[in-house]
Amino acid sequence: MTNRGRNQRFFVRDIAHARAGDKGNTSNVNIWVYDPEDFELLKRSVTPERIKREFPRLVRGTVTRHVVEHLHGLNLVMGEALEGGVNASLNLDSHGKSWSYLILGLTLDTDEKT
Amino acid sequence: MAIANGTFRIGTGAGFSADRLDPAVDLAKRGQLHVMVLECLGERTVAFAHRDRMADPRRGYNALLERRMSALLPACRASGTVIITNMGAANPRAAAERTRDVARTLGISGLKIACIEGDDVTKLVQPDQPFMDEPGTLADIGRPVVGMNAYLGADAIIPTLEAGADVVIGGRLADPSMYLAPLMRHYGWQNSELAKLGAGTLVGHLMECGMQITGGYFADPGMKDVPDLADCGYPIAEVSADGSAVITKLPETGGRVNEATVKEQLLYEVHDPASYLTPDVTADFSRVTVKNLGEDRVRVEGAAGRARPEKLKVTVGFDAGVLAEAGVSYAGAAAGERGRLAAGIVEKRLKEIHRISSPIRIDLIGAGSLFATAGKTRTDSEDVRLHVALRTTEREQADLMLWEVESLLCCGPAGGGGYRGVITPAVETKSVLIDRGLVKPTFEILVT
Repeated sequence: MTNRGRNQRFFVRDIAHARAGDKGNTSNVNIWVYDPEDFELLKRSVTPERIKREFPRLVRGTVTRHVVEHLHGLNLVMGEALEGGVNASLNLDSHGKSWSYLILGLTLDTDEKT
Repeated sequence: MAIANGTFRIGTGAGFSADRLDPAVDLAKRGQLHVMVLECLGERTVAFAHRDRMADPRRGYNALLERRMSALLPACRASGTVIITNMGAANPRAAAERTRDVARTLGISGLKIACIEGDDVTKLVQPDQPFMDEPGTLADIGRPVVGMNAYLGADAIIPTLEAGADVVIGGRLADPSMYLAPLMRHYGWQNSELAKLGAGTLVGHLMECGMQITGGYFADPGMKDVPDLADCGYPIAEVSADGSAVITKLPETGGRVNEATVKEQLLYEVHDPASYLTPDVTADFSRVTVKNLGEDRVRVEGAAGRARPEKLKVTVGFDAGVLAEAGVSYAGAAAGERGRLAAGIVEKRLKEIHRISSPIRIDLIGAGSLFATAGKTRTDSEDVRLHVALRTTEREQADLMLWEVESLLCCGPAGGGGYRGVITPAVETKSVLIDRGLVKPTFEILVT
């Protein structure tokens, strides 16, 4: 795997990889950092509040974040986030398979707050 | 059969209804497998299968069943590998009979094919049954039911293995249960050994989507490169008596197994990692460890389990009319503006002139389609495709939409080309719960 320089980290995709799945109208995206040192940065950048703020029209339900500390991963569970789900959605991607790249496209919260 | 290091070897030969066949044949020949599982059923797949069966009582099983069995039976027979599959879909009996015909044609005699029935609970579910995860009851849908299937667990599969089945064919067998059942049978795990049931369920969960753990659904050039995806290998699980397992694949196949591929699959379609519900157990994946052993080998262990859910999940399929899709492309200067003009024309004609009230969506592929609702669009594309989608229970509306989009070729913006339109049948699925006592799986063995 390529390791981009630390000065080139702007997006979640620069430090993590992700996979999306669907159940009904609920989407889940699991996200894992390549380097455990970046886990705090990921946790700071991908929060339920941020998801609701960034995608208010898409993610209409509750967002729950499960933290898997020892594997350095997050599981985002986003309710009412699939435009009705595979039964009703008219999105070309009715399963929301691409939602992983929606999350990976978020900018990192690199402000260390020092 | 020579088995390496005393583990129980399970391979995946399909992870969804349209999965590849040639790597499954390779795995059957070279994998030294005890069991090969072909998982081919999604919630909507089974609803479509019911429609097929209504049209022809001899159908309603996986459309690739004959091809898969023709290719896999000789290799599995030679290696003593048991096949377990839910390719029976809405008609396990017809699938078993067809498999028997295939085996006879191939000259395979004495093959025992188990057919599991009892997942079709259409006659057992009441119309006032509330939905599992949303308000309302089945009676609220107001559309014809096409089928209702309860998820069957390992306890429906184990008796067929005890009866010596070489091929086990069911309908709505729960995905991980097809892996857990042979493990319980081989290692003598009891229903009370919840940690082992959790471990076996973890194996099934990781394996059930086939190549999603060996490099499929994973590659991202420059970040996550995967070698030779065109020749990707299906996964193998080498499972020990305590339920710990090594996930790997055949040598000389494409793809990759590493901690990253395993972790992405670990929580695929999982909500709370500590509560993964199956008919067999409430599995807990929250403390699972994932360790890279090198050479496409990853060890997973640490799954736990709690008591299984009291009730079984039932998928109810309804006829949902059709999904109509049509498109025209625009390229070159101001392609996006011409595409947006076309979108406005279609919207006005469908809604204001033809008064279509069914849900319509109009996207500009290349300028923001998948992420449109997320607010991600772009205006600089010089290659966009107008895409119009409509769900309706009235076929005439679907035909009318296609006609309107096609008419853009002469009546729309400049330079539009490449019209295509397609109308496909649609189903809708809902979930309800049923008492376990009402669901009584049975099996029968057909012998060639």
